[in-house]
Amino acid sequence: MLSIKNLNVKLEEEDKIILKGVDLEVEAGKVHAIMGPNGSGKSTLSYVLSGKGGYEVTGGSAELEGKDLLEMEPEDRAAAGLFLAFQYPVEIPGVGNMTFLRTAVNAQRKSRGEEEMSAAEFLKVVRAKAKDLKIDADMLKRPVNMGFSGGEKKRNEILQMAMLEPKMCILDETDSGLDVDAMKLVADGVNALRSEGRAFLVITHYQRLLDHIKPDVVHIMADGRIVKTGGPELALEVENNGYADILAEVA
Amino acid sequence: MAQPATQLTATEAMIAELQMPDTGWSKAARADALGRLRAMGLPERRDEYWKYTRPDTLIAPVAPKAAVFDNDEKPLFDDVDRLKIVFVDGVFDADASDDLTGEGLTIERLATATSDLHWARDFYGMLETNGQTPVARPLAALNTAFATDGVLIHVTGVVSRPVSLIYRHLSESSDAILHHCIKMEPGSELTVLENGPAAARFNKVMEVDVADSATFHHVRTQGRDHERRAATHIFARLGAESLFKSFTLTVNGVLTRNECVIELTGDDASAHVAGACVGDGVFHHDDTVFVTHDAVNCESRQVFKKVLRNGAVGVFQGKILVKAGAQKTDGYQISQSLLLDEDSQFLAKPELEIYADDVACSHGSTSGAIDEDALFYLRARGITKAEATNLLTLSFLAEAVEEIASEEMRDEINSRVAAWLERHRS
Repeated sequence: MLSIKNLNVKLEEEDKIILKGVDLEVEAGKVHAIMGPNGSGKSTLSYVLSGKGGYEVTGGSAELEGKDLLEMEPEDRAAAGLFLAFQYPVEIPGVGNMTFLRTAVNAQRKSRGEEEMSAAEFLKVVRAKAKDLKIDADMLKRPVNMGFSGGEKKRNEILQMAMLEPKMCILDETDSGLDVDAMKLVADGVNALRSEGRAFLVITHYQRLLDHIKPDVVHIMADGRIVKTGGPELALEVENNGYADILAEVA
Repeated sequence: MAQPATQLTATEAMIAELQMPDTGWSKAARADALGRLRAMGLPERRDEYWKYTRPDTLIAPVAPKAAVFDNDEKPLFDDVDRLKIVFVDGVFDADASDDLTGEGLTIERLATATSDLHWARDFYGMLETNGQTPVARPLAALNTAFATDGVLIHVTGVVSRPVSLIYRHLSESSDAILHHCIKMEPGSELTVLENGPAAARFNKVMEVDVADSATFHHVRTQGRDHERRAATHIFARLGAESLFKSFTLTVNGVLTRNECVIELTGDDASAHVAGACVGDGVFHHDDTVFVTHDAVNCESRQVFKKVLRNGAVGVFQGKILVKAGAQKTDGYQISQSLLLDEDSQFLAKPELEIYADDVACSHGSTSGAIDEDALFYLRARGITKAEATNLLTLSFLAEAVEEIASEEMRDEINSRVAAWLERHRS
């Protein structure tokens, strides 16, 4: 599904190298987790994959189902099936959440040459999915993320993911700012989307999200590289011993 | 008052081109206005109040021509049940207009209301005259002196059907001067809609007296004929517990100067004036607002948003004057521009002048580009860059558009802006 080879990235405006040769293969139907200390490059990886400006790829490649992601505009990556659940979802005054969702769904459909969803059909689908995430009618009506609590913003990200039905979902520290109940709700939303044809890359600091979203593979990232890869037990090792041991071991 | 010779000449040159209509009761007010106009002279570039907007074409004896735009859009407010009054290049069009009758109000035309005992006799030009201090507004005095027509609306009850003034522009050399008077009795309610480019050059005054507990809503759009020019004034006086809300959308137009002069004279009154404009290329839009608080516990809001590209220019001059004794005043003023490129310009002069000690007044003015983080967020959801830019532009204008009370009209205004953005994609 997602194939990253020797990806090297620096900041566009400074000579600061952030990713120093990332290699990663995520297969369809699998959940991969990336853990790592602050500043290891986890969020940068998610931004570079989804096409945020301000980064320069100096080497390597990233492909989604064989298509070169790095050559595409952000909206084309989304239409190709890539989705990033933001760590800090952006507030957009004056644009209704529902309008935003429908515009996004139809923009992607249009881009793929599919028919647009009718207003009535859209409403039906969005209401059902919102209900599962305990997103009420008021939240759908309000401007995008305006006045939403941290948990509401994250649930809204998952609602967008559910509506857009991407193939490759990247969750960037979706657990940050969530209490236990909200984390459970978000995790349930993600688990409901797990399927044969869909893959997940879950970026997190902590193991606790992985109690709810069970990963198939866990990677440890440090200083712009993936330094260790293992099964779910690797996350537990981090939880119990911190990163220091692992980093010392691979150094 | 001694005027420089050039200014005198310009004023007299314009006066020479105009003819004062003979409408009986308004004679005295018109003569008075002409006297005031001669005393103050037409605006010129040296005037502080015209520092950011060149008045040349507004005071030229003959209006510069303006091509008529071939407009295939659905007429604005088409689905709204309203009383239509149509002016074509400033001339009343009886065939296109509805009967000027309605529940809770009387409507007459300035040009044909001839009775000497008319209620408007003591009203016509009164708020305009009040609005000439402390800042002179010569184009409004010129209007009072020479207006050829307009509507005189006396509102006695709660009017549910909006009065819709439709201004069509068919002649590329038309020069229209209209003057409307709206007198609202205590507790009455009225919505006035205005739309259309009106003329090659349009000078319009609207005087609105909102008596105690009365409610006045005003939604206006200034049409998209690229070369048209307009100088408009609203003069409003608010009684106790009254509400005044005015919103204007301006798209295109080579030059627009909208002045709004509001005086809150009764306690607990509320005045909101808002404007959204979108300009591309040769476009100069000036909002000049003067709100005077002269009563206790009144609220006023000025919300002005401008989207500018390809060298378009936006101007905002807004003032809140809080007189001594106008305690518990709540005044708010925001003027913002969204500059879609580096060629466009926004000039703002926000002013507060406060003589009471127990008031809350805030003002802010900003210029900025599209928020890159928000743009990326939308694009990451598959929305194209162009469409995302449009959404964020609507988002930027939202605070102004939200001043429109009716949701139906808000939606219509938003779809107009969206259509404009579609046509003006870079």
